[in-house]
Amino acid sequence: MKVSLSWLKEYISINLSPTELAEKLTMAGLEVEGIENRFDYLEDIVVSRVEKVEKHPNADKLTCCAVNVGDKTIQIVCGAPNVREGLIVPCALPGAVLPGDFKIKKSKLRGEKSEGMLCSARELKIDLDASGILELNTDLVPGTSLAQALNLSDYIFEVDLTPNRPDCLSMIGVAREIGAFSEPKAKVSYPDFRLSNKNAGLFSITEHANVEIKDPDLCPRYAGGLLLDVKVGPSPFWLQEKLESVGLTPINNIVDVTNFILMETGQPLHAFDYDVLAKGQIIVKRAGQTIDFKTLDGKEHKLEPDTLMICDGEKPVAIAGVMGGENSEISVNTTKVLVESAYFNPISIRKTAKKTGINTDASHRFERGVDSEGIINALNRAVELIGQVAGGTKAKDIIDEYPLKQTPVKIAVDIDALNRRLGTKLGIDSIKELFESVEFKSDKKNDNTLNVDVPSFRVDVTRPEDLSEEVARLWGYNNIEMSFPKISAQGKLLSPNLSLRNKARDIMNGFGFSEVINYDFASPKAVSNLLLEQDDERTRVETILNPISEDMGVLRTSLVPGLLQSMKTNNAQQIDTLKIFETGNIFLATKKDSLPEEKEMIAGLWTGTRSNNSVHNKKSNCDFFDLKGVVQGFLEELNIQECVYERALEKEFPYFCKGYAAIVRKDEDLIGVLGQTKSEVLKNYNLKQAAFIFEMDMSTLLKLMPEKISAELLPKYPAISQDITIIIDSNIEAGTVSKELGLLVENDNLAEEAYLFDFFEGQPLAKGKKSLSFRIVYRSPSRTLKEKKVKALHAKLCESLINRFNADLPV
Amino acid sequence: MEKSISEIEKEALTRLENTTETEEIKELSLHYLGRKGVLTKFLRNVSSLPENERPIAGKNANILKSTLDIAFNNVLKELESTKDDNVAGIDVTLPGRSCKRGSLHPITQISNEISDIFLRLGFDIAQSPEVETDYYNFEALNIPKYHPARAMQDTFYISENIVLRTHTSPSQPRTMEKTDPPVRIISPGKVFRCDSDLTHTPMFHQVEGLMVDKGVSFGDLKGLLTTFIHQIFDNKTSLRFRPSFFPFTEPSAEVDIRCVICRGKGCRVCSRTGWIEILGAGMVHPAVFEKIGYDTDKYTGFAFGMGIERIAMLKYGIDDTRKFFENDIRFLRQF
Repeated sequence: MKVSLSWLKEYISINLSPTELAEKLTMAGLEVEGIENRFDYLEDIVVSRVEKVEKHPNADKLTCCAVNVGDKTIQIVCGAPNVREGLIVPCALPGAVLPGDFKIKKSKLRGEKSEGMLCSARELKIDLDASGILELNTDLVPGTSLAQALNLSDYIFEVDLTPNRPDCLSMIGVAREIGAFSEPKAKVSYPDFRLSNKNAGLFSITEHANVEIKDPDLCPRYAGGLLLDVKVGPSPFWLQEKLESVGLTPINNIVDVTNFILMETGQPLHAFDYDVLAKGQIIVKRAGQTIDFKTLDGKEHKLEPDTLMICDGEKPVAIAGVMGGENSEISVNTTKVLVESAYFNPISIRKTAKKTGINTDASHRFERGVDSEGIINALNRAVELIGQVAGGTKAKDIIDEYPLKQTPVKIAVDIDALNRRLGTKLGIDSIKELFESVEFKSDKKNDNTLNVDVPSFRVDVTRPEDLSEEVARLWGYNNIEMSFPKISAQGKLLSPNLSLRNKARDIMNGFGFSEVINYDFASPKAVSNLLLEQDDERTRVETILNPISEDMGVLRTSLVPGLLQSMKTNNAQQIDTLKIFETGNIFLATKKDSLPEEKEMIAGLWTGTRSNNSVHNKKSNCDFFDLKGVVQGFLEELNIQECVYERALEKEFPYFCKGYAAIVRKDEDLIGVLGQTKSEVLKNYNLKQAAFIFEMDMSTLLKLMPEKISAELLPKYPAISQDITIIIDSNIEAGTVSKELGLLVENDNLAEEAYLFDFFEGQPLAKGKKSLSFRIVYRSPSRTLKEKKVKALHAKLCESLINRFNADLPV
Repeated sequence: MEKSISEIEKEALTRLENTTETEEIKELSLHYLGRKGVLTKFLRNVSSLPENERPIAGKNANILKSTLDIAFNNVLKELESTKDDNVAGIDVTLPGRSCKRGSLHPITQISNEISDIFLRLGFDIAQSPEVETDYYNFEALNIPKYHPARAMQDTFYISENIVLRTHTSPSQPRTMEKTDPPVRIISPGKVFRCDSDLTHTPMFHQVEGLMVDKGVSFGDLKGLLTTFIHQIFDNKTSLRFRPSFFPFTEPSAEVDIRCVICRGKGCRVCSRTGWIEILGAGMVHPAVFEKIGYDTDKYTGFAFGMGIERIAMLKYGIDDTRKFFENDIRFLRQF
């Protein structure tokens, strides 16, 4: 909300500089986001004297003037009818910017140079007069700045109000706060809120109009005032200027008065053209059915049955508290005005505003809660002011329908409890004084209890804790002494999933992978980009009803698209080698209106070269086995042993190249998947380079991690290693042979382990054949083995293996 | 056979020890390892040994052969390098084979830093889902439907009652429902708001904090947060508490710190105010306790929340929050 300093000063005396005031307001909870000098644009306007006036040689209506601007005399071409020698007038110098973004430059007018502009009051926006240049007091000295000469000064504060303080959505409300922190404390001088006799008719409003509230739950109070024979027209300058100073656009004198009262008191008002109100009736009720309604901004709205409407004897004329209807708007032909001042149920107004998407200064205040006891004051003042600026005769009274009286809030405050909550040691009297500074009346019930009457405009205060905030705020948050909570010695270990997450990140860092964080959002296309089949659980996407953009329309069901996106970002920057990983949740939709399943995953991507660029080794690209090494190393670091890698099915992981992907599992648990991304998928992400990706389920990792690790005794006796190379059909996987060999080793008391140490395909081997070389380690726990014995064992073991796979031996 | 392998070894090594001349070493090498050398002869004569000694003797001789070879060469290299500064050697100025660790995302690093501080202060880490029910995100925090405070946070909806959490605050009721006081938790995580520009991303990170116990005061909140700020920035950083509004705290405070860039002189980062908004906090609203069933006469508590991006930006001098989620590796690797 915009607040004008000069307007504030009409209600409270302020002896602080604008910056000091802003600071104080902020510290009282009314955050000032900016200060603006409203007459900034007058900086380059100076007082000047017209020394000489000559006819323009080439134009009848123009004159060439010699103008003294203080330090020099310049020539200005002027068209004003009242220009004459000796006049003291405002002059805009080159560089000045007049309202309406009108820049003043040196120029030539019909061949004559003009080095500035003599201005009218309207051009300077200091009055409405545009008939000629503004004639200033002749005592003024040329060269003086106009703002100074006319004593024009106003600062506009942009105040960001929290939703709990609707009482401050007005000049008087802000003035009240200023009074509380002024030193000495100051009281607000309120305008006269009574109805005067001036221009009062002899008739009662009830002779012309009547108000009926059919839904008092949504409208507990409705008041109306009536004026006849008003003349609708532009507002006087002071009124227009006030509205403009706080960012409102003047419309006509009637509407301007209602807006002025809104900004002065915070009470929204609405003015109806009385003549269009059928039967002079106002009926406040729910729409009852879905209706179409055209608001005064010309827009059509479909309104729901529970929308509160203001109706006349026949039809709806306004959406209560939100916006008036086009059908009853004040026009130039209006002569009778019915002014509405009411209290509407905040929730009802907020619902309507939200559903219709209409946000007005009125709805903003009603939905936060207006002062139910300030309604008559605002109405009286509006009727008075309309009479003042639009003439006419007002009814001698007003209508005040108040079927649902709001009960005043009274709170008993336990002073000890309040001090305990805040950590203060304030006495009951100083607290009482603080309350009074913001117009809260209070009585001492006993030494420790204050009975506080909450003023009706403070809708945010309903319980003792609210008053503790009031005390803290007025005492000053920064005056509350710091203390330190007593913390008992207790603590838990980090939950296992968090330890795992930390450890996983650390391991990946160690392997040279850097962490990325992608949005949880994904494109709805992600599912098809990954070529996922319909029965894949990752097609169970949660859709966001109001996404920020289409490509962030759903929640991700895999970390893979995010990694590919990150790869694209980096490739676009000519970064071709990338090792990145991410840990984060994926979301699988469950039942409608239920929370999705959140699964934490870890995924990594490797693209580009195998090792960092170096003068010592040749550049070679990373491949499946580089990534598999990472996955193996990762699992080993987590002490998850004996994991099995199997060829992944294309149906389950269609985004990997067929035959170039593996699942990794331990026993029955699927840990994850790794592979080379299919080129069709790369194309979907505008990528060209081969990308190797793994993704693993963190909860499975957590489940498989051993709870404890027990040390094993180191062997006492030496081992003897024996090798075997077999030649088998290419389509037999090394894993199958290893597994079989493993079983043989397991069944042999003296064989300790077996591992693949070489692999070969191609010449001189026959096509369709490959050779695998295993080393088998033999060791006895109780003695040094004899080579002869080992050789015999080895020969037996080899024979079994050879027979099992129908293998050949190398020649 | 004249000498055993161990005798040869002993003799050769003693002679080597007493030699300082390159030429002599070369001679020694020839004497033991050469084609007509001692060891070669020894190996030739293995066949004359008794059959059961042959394999061991042969093996041992071969082992000694390589042992001596290494020993002679080492001494030769040493002599060379002490004698002549211009020895070829290697170009040690060539870069090493690079061996790079990956980096942690700056958000992770700051989040860990924050967590570590609070863990040391006796807080536990609580976790709660990123997709939340309307109840935990709003209702349980004293933000009923159609409360104007809902407009403070632009919410992403999955359905009428399912939202992407707009703050980490749902971890408060979720924790309290499961625990009796005393409660001391922080809860870091992702949050979502329907907003995107230079200073807002639709997803960002927060850390929530909650402490409930007997006799917890606003003064305690000030003390704890001051300790925290001094640790995460430095103990010259002053704090300012000013009144604000959150439906789930009363009193509520916004906490500013003296701009860590300009130290309060006023700069672009602090919009020339000298202060930077860093935290929201307050005493837990009794309505929140009532929904949980905590005794509001017995217990008080405070809660606070802060944006991790904001702190990371201040600590690392980052000016655009979108950079955190672009994942340009050149950006990420700086931290």
